[in-house]
Amino acid sequence: MLARRIIPCLDVRDGRVVKGTQFRDHEDVGDIIELASRYRDEGADELVFYDITASSDGRTVSTEWVTRVARVLDIPFCVAGGIRSLDGARAILHGGADKISINSPALENPALIGELAREFGSQCVVVGIDSRTEDGDWFVKQYTGDPSKTRSTRWRTLDWAVEAQKLGAGEVVLNCMNQDGVRRGYDLVQLKALRALLHIPLVASGGAGEISHFNDVFRLAGVDGALAASVFHKGIIAIPKLKEQLIADGISIRP
Amino acid sequence: MLAIVDSGGANIASVRFALERLGVQSELTADPAVIRSAERVILPGVGSASEGMKRLHAKGLVDCVRSLTQPVLGVCLGMQLLFEESEEDGGVQTLGLIPGKVALLPNSPGITVPHMGWNTLLTGRKPALLDGVEPEARFYFVHSYAAPVNAFTVASCTHGTPFSAIVQRGNFSGAQFHPERSGPAGARLLQNFVEGRV
Repeated sequence: MLARRIIPCLDVRDGRVVKGTQFRDHEDVGDIIELASRYRDEGADELVFYDITASSDGRTVSTEWVTRVARVLDIPFCVAGGIRSLDGARAILHGGADKISINSPALENPALIGELAREFGSQCVVVGIDSRTEDGDWFVKQYTGDPSKTRSTRWRTLDWAVEAQKLGAGEVVLNCMNQDGVRRGYDLVQLKALRALLHIPLVASGGAGEISHFNDVFRLAGVDGALAASVFHKGIIAIPKLKEQLIADGISIRP
Repeated sequence: MLAIVDSGGANIASVRFALERLGVQSELTADPAVIRSAERVILPGVGSASEGMKRLHAKGLVDCVRSLTQPVLGVCLGMQLLFEESEEDGGVQTLGLIPGKVALLPNSPGITVPHMGWNTLLTGRKPALLDGVEPEARFYFVHSYAAPVNAFTVASCTHGTPFSAIVQRGNFSGAQFHPERSGPAGARLLQNFVEGRV
């Protein structure tokens, strides 16, 4: 049986791993290779690297560190941030990344999702969605890497995710912004609502604070993977202990 | 020398890096003479079957790969291309080294497609490629199309429906998962291939 995935997310800025609360006030938490190796050794199933400045600055991800990471890692990893063309995606994938994730550029140009899927296969193409709760519904935000540039879009979150799937996305990462960095648990209602609409894998992001939150998001929202950052970077949750508990709870997990 | 067929696909770098971690030098090449003279050959690949075949045709590598007699390991799309045909993109003839047709994995409640993540294998008599690998070991899969289970399946996997995870016919082997991204178990499989345990 397919295992549910535990996915540490490393936000990268200027070649360092950083983490903020609700997308603000970033603090330095370490070196990319050091952290990537540590998570591999601890049993992470996959890693995501978000270049959080790339999209809002109009820059693309440097492929130099992608290749450094690819040499070290023997688990899959995904690179996100600033990929806005086939050539940009090709550079990252040829650099050794397994998947690319697009967020703001997919909103600017939805056709990019289909172009990437046709060129590299859907399985390489992840669409990241930053979603905020407003007036009892969920809406997509754009350029969230820089609070001064963050803006609303015309998309309801559920509609945009379904559209991304239709266009050829192979996976959706739903980042629930209200929960991000506050460690009160994943947005189970929103994730469950989206899970019911997608037939591609769905990864939950935003809100992990304790081990039971992972149990909840797998059992109650039915997601394929759970992404978290600060609880791992700050040592609040140790991955071996997390996995041990989830296995004891009867969830399909790679030991 | 180990040759990695430069089919222009996307996961070529990660296969080469995985071999480097094992201390094995490899040559990424599209030169039929180099591929023919290699001790072993890896056929990697990510993307669609029709694009993969188009690239092999464009580089004049179809007959070269078909006629190889040394151990060959196809990885992911590289394994699917060993079969006769794939229904991807409306249907495409592939290398025809192993009978069978690659088909889309059906999705159903609880079964998401692409099949993405770590899954276990089911084997009868354990193939030499899995020497030293624990029976409950998990491997990393990421694919939407899959090859049927047939007489050449030496390990299968189930995601809603069963499909071939490792196939073997004569000198040709294939893995649907990514050994280069499957932690120590995947490294061991690559090492077994490099050391001739196929």
